[in-house]
Order: sequence, then C-alpha cells, then structure tokens
Amino acid sequence: MVRTIASIPLAVHEHLMIQKRRIQNGNSKTRLSLVTGTHGDELEGQYLAYMVGSFIDEHIEQFDGILDIYPALNPMGIDSIMRGIPMFDLDMNRVFPGTKDGTTVEVICSSIIDDIAGSDVCVDVHSSNIFLKEIPQIRVSVPTAETLMPYAKMLNVDFVWVHESATVLESTLAHTLNSRGTKTLVVEMGVGMRITKEYCRQLFDGILNLMKELGMWKGETAAVREPVLSIGREVGFVNSDEAGIFVPCADFGDNVKRGDHIGDVLDPLTSQVVEKVQAVCDGMIFTLREYPVVYGGSLLARILQPKKEGE
Amino acid sequence: MKKKTLFSLSSPYREQLEVIGYRFGSGRKALAIVGAMRGNEVQQMYVCSRMVQALKKLESEGKIAEDCEIMVIPCINYYSMNIGKRFWAMDNTDINRMFPGYNLGETTQRIADGVFSQLQGYEYGIQLASFYQRGIFLPHVKLMDTGFTDADIMKDFGLQFGIIRKPRPYDTTTLNYNWQVWETKAFSVYANATDEIDVQAADEAVNAILRFMNTRGIVSAQTPPGYVTLILNESNTEQIQSESAGIFFRQAQIGKTVERGEVLGRIYDPFDGELVSEVRTPVSGTVYFAYNSPLINAKTVCFKIIK
Ligand SMILES: [Zn+2]
Repeated sequence: MVRTIASIPLAVHEHLMIQKRRIQNGNSKTRLSLVTGTHGDELEGQYLAYMVGSFIDEHIEQFDGILDIYPALNPMGIDSIMRGIPMFDLDMNRVFPGTKDGTTVEVICSSIIDDIAGSDVCVDVHSSNIFLKEIPQIRVSVPTAETLMPYAKMLNVDFVWVHESATVLESTLAHTLNSRGTKTLVVEMGVGMRITKEYCRQLFDGILNLMKELGMWKGETAAVREPVLSIGREVGFVNSDEAGIFVPCADFGDNVKRGDHIGDVLDPLTSQVVEKVQAVCDGMIFTLREYPVVYGGSLLARILQPKKEGE
Repeated sequence: MKKKTLFSLSSPYREQLEVIGYRFGSGRKALAIVGAMRGNEVQQMYVCSRMVQALKKLESEGKIAEDCEIMVIPCINYYSMNIGKRFWAMDNTDINRMFPGYNLGETTQRIADGVFSQLQGYEYGIQLASFYQRGIFLPHVKLMDTGFTDADIMKDFGLQFGIIRKPRPYDTTTLNYNWQVWETKAFSVYANATDEIDVQAADEAVNAILRFMNTRGIVSAQTPPGYVTLILNESNTEQIQSESAGIFFRQAQIGKTVERGEVLGRIYDPFDGELVSEVRTPVSGTVYFAYNSPLINAKTVCFKIIK
C-alpha cells in the first residue's frame, strides 16, 4: 500500500510529496524501513528498493512483518539531478530532525522522522556522489558502533567504517533516528548517477539476511560475507595537489603499498603529467575517484591500512 | 593601502583563483571584513568595495588609529559569481560550511583554511552575510552566541536591531562561529539584498561599519547618527509562513511597524486569479524580513517580525 507521509503545495499546481510503500504479512509487527534518495544524485538505492520490494511481493507467503520502502526522500532532487532540494539548495541531511511547524524542508524532515521512528531497524542507502566510487560499506559513528555492529555484519557489505562523530553530522537522518532509539545503518555504495547491479545484488542478499535474523523472512538466504572493520586501522586519504585530469592506474579493491603509483593528474593543454599520484600508506583502496576533473584538494582515493602489529 | 593575494588555487581550465585582501594602517590586527563567500553575494562584495573606498580616504587623511591594521576581503568565491552559481562550481559545496578548513582536505576545505589562516588574530571580525532564502532584510547585525562575544558590542554599529542567534549544529562550520572559537569577536552584517545591488542599504551598512570602527577606536570617521540598537534574541522574533501556494503579492514594506492581525501579503491562485489566502501577522512589531519572489510555496517564510 502506498502512503503519502508529507505533502506540501508548490507554487503552481503541484505538491511536493514524500511517499512510501508498506508491505505487510503475518502477525509479526517487526518493522524494517528501507530508506533512500536523500541525495538526488544518488541512484543505487532506487534499483535496490525495486529489487527488495518486487522480491517480497513475489514471495509474500514467506514474509512475516512490516517492510516500509521509502525510495525518494528528495523526489524533486532525483527528478532534476540535484543533490540537494531544488529551490532551497539544502542538503536534507543537514536539516534533520526538522520541526512540525517549520518551513517546507523542516516539515518534510520532521514527517519523515516521525514515520520511520519506531522501526526495529532502518537502512539508509546512499551512493557516494558523482565524484567517488565506494565499495559497499556501512558507516557508523563511534557512539553507536556497539549497538549497530551486529546488524552491520548481517548486511553483506565489504567494509564497516566506524568514524568519529562531528557536531555537523547531528543533523543527519541516521543520527536523529539513532538518538531516538531506532537503529539506523547508513550504507554507502557505488557512485552517483549510476546503478551498479552487482552492488545492488550484494546488498539485496544482505537485506534478506537481515530480515531473516529479525525473524521477518522464512525463505532461503545466501551466505553473507564477513566485512572488514575499520576498528584499530587508519584510513589514508589521497588528495590531489594539482589541477587537471585524474587517470587512475590502480583498481578499486586493490591492495597497494605505500608509494605505489596509483594514477596521474594530466594537463591536456600542455600534454604534461602534472602530478604522479602515490599511495599514502599500505592497504586496500575502498574509495576511488570516478569523475576525472580535479582541483588541488580533490579526493582521489581512500586506503584502509592493515591492522597494526600487536593489536 | 596594501593589496595582497592571500590565497591562490590553480584550476584545470580557468585562470588561477586569487583571494585578494586590502590592508589599511599597520600594527595590531584590529578588524577584518569579509564579503562574498557565495556566488550570488553581489551586494556583500559591493559593500566591501565601498569599505575599501572609505578606508582609502581615511588612510590618506591620517584617520586610522595608530597601531591598528584593518583588512578587507571583498570576495572569496568569484569563480562561482562569474558563472552564475551560488556554491563552489565543481562540487556545489559551500565555503561558509567548511571552516576552520583543512589544508590537506578537499578543495573548499583548502580554500577555507587558506583564508582562515589569514583571518586569525584579529580582535574583531565582520562578515557581510546573506540569507539562504530569497528575500530582503532590514539592515541589521547578528551575533552567533558562542559565549565569547559580548552582545552589547553590537550597539556600536548603530543599526536598528542586533539579533543574537543560538548556534545550530550546521552553524559550527561557518566563518562566524570559528572566528569566535579562535577568539575574534565576530559579527554578521545583513545589508538587505543579495544578488542585486541596493545602494541605500549598502550606504547604511558602510556607515554602520564606520560607526563601529569609530566607537571601537580603530578610525576617526564622521558618520550620520545611528539608531539606539535594540538587542534581542532570535527567539523573540516571529516567523510568518505562507499557508498556501501561488502568486505572492507583498503589502508590507521592510521596516514597517505593523499591528496584530494586519494583512502583510496576499496569495492568489496562479491559474484563475482567485485569492487563496491572506498573510496576516499574529503579532505587532517591525517587519525585518520579507520574501520577495513572485511565486511562493506553502510553508515558506514570508515575513519575520521583531515583536
Ligand atoms: Zn548521500
């Protein structure tokens, strides 16, 4: 059943609507919310939402519980290829929890939180941005790591990144829901404006496994992979120092040694290599730049270092 | 006056970005003024250019106090200005959400770091600010309340209102907030317009900043008398939102004193022209913000009233 959870009149003959679909079967009230489309330029979650929804529809007899699918928290952004909310140029993930009596975006954010709150687990699917490609990973903040780690491990991702919490991140959907007791996991996978079928498939298996662990799914599941955890490891950031065109020579998921040549920044006008890009540490490349044009400071890669000896 | 490139960044396809600072006087770092950080902040850049003119004159007349240095940065993000964008052209990030910056980080973090390193150590800091919504403001001064800056100092601007804002999580990465963390007493001055030039409001902002510098002993300048500033918390202002959507006609002007129940604006159906709602004020007070676009959505802030 499709429900509209927020609807705000726009200036000319249209409403800004946030919709979800509820799939319910059996007696269990266990509820999983699958949320995506906060950033209009991230589309991996669109295909995943379809995969999960259509699969459960087909196998409804093996499903016991409530699955809420929110494919587009920022529908106008997706429609117009904008990361933020068009007209407001606001990143929704800086507006949560919102307020009931606030302005358009605040009201929408508040309605979304009220609707999702109370779910047993919420999975918020992002796909990096148009600049970077990410291996399927879950990001949790240090204070929530203990509670969320068991669920993160169920989701069939390659990597779980436990990061420091920053004040500015208090306005995210995940922070708001977690602080209200709804376990919320943020997935980052793939790249903006594209669908990577294999990653959607991988996370689909993870979601099915999570539902099985929650007692919502009675059917078959595939074996899930054990994710690499960031705990006790450092993440190395490779940023460009020069401006030009970045052409990588390393691959995503590669294990590299500090100093290894991983790509070049080129100048198409002078035909020169302006920067030879090297790995800043040993480890696995889990983020790699997808969009070639770079400035000084543009992120080119992230490398997960091996565990330090003795830890 | 000394003109200096404070920070530069090379671009793959454009002339190098140069953040230019104009320094007046010498010695102790007394005041830094920052203009446009976003591509639509034309009024903010204009006010700074007028400050450069005013300070040039004061300097030639020997009216800058001894052991006082003043710096003006008219524009940081002219790259976006030149191509009609608001945020950083490449990745749409907002430089004023990147402070204090990071010299090994992303591009806009590096810009913020490069500029902020030049902005530290000043006793006072003034940012010409803009609002994220389209609208016009009564010129006023705002303080992000971090507990560092005495709100009463806002009176020295002689503007009608000084507003104290309680910082929200997303404010913690702005210039104003970080200036105060690094012990610069920082203020935001709102000079009515953003993407248009309002000369009268710019005059008011320039006079307010000169008045401030005068009272603080940084320059000796002649300025017209200012207001006795009313200092208030942002929570003491009333935000009026549109109840419906359509074509918006504003009745009340900025600065107008209004009575409770008065009609401030009207919203009409965009197709058949029927009146769909009247925007009435639930409180009496002074209008200090007004939405000024012909089309309006529901739940949009159309007026702010100082009670
Ligand atoms: Zn995202």
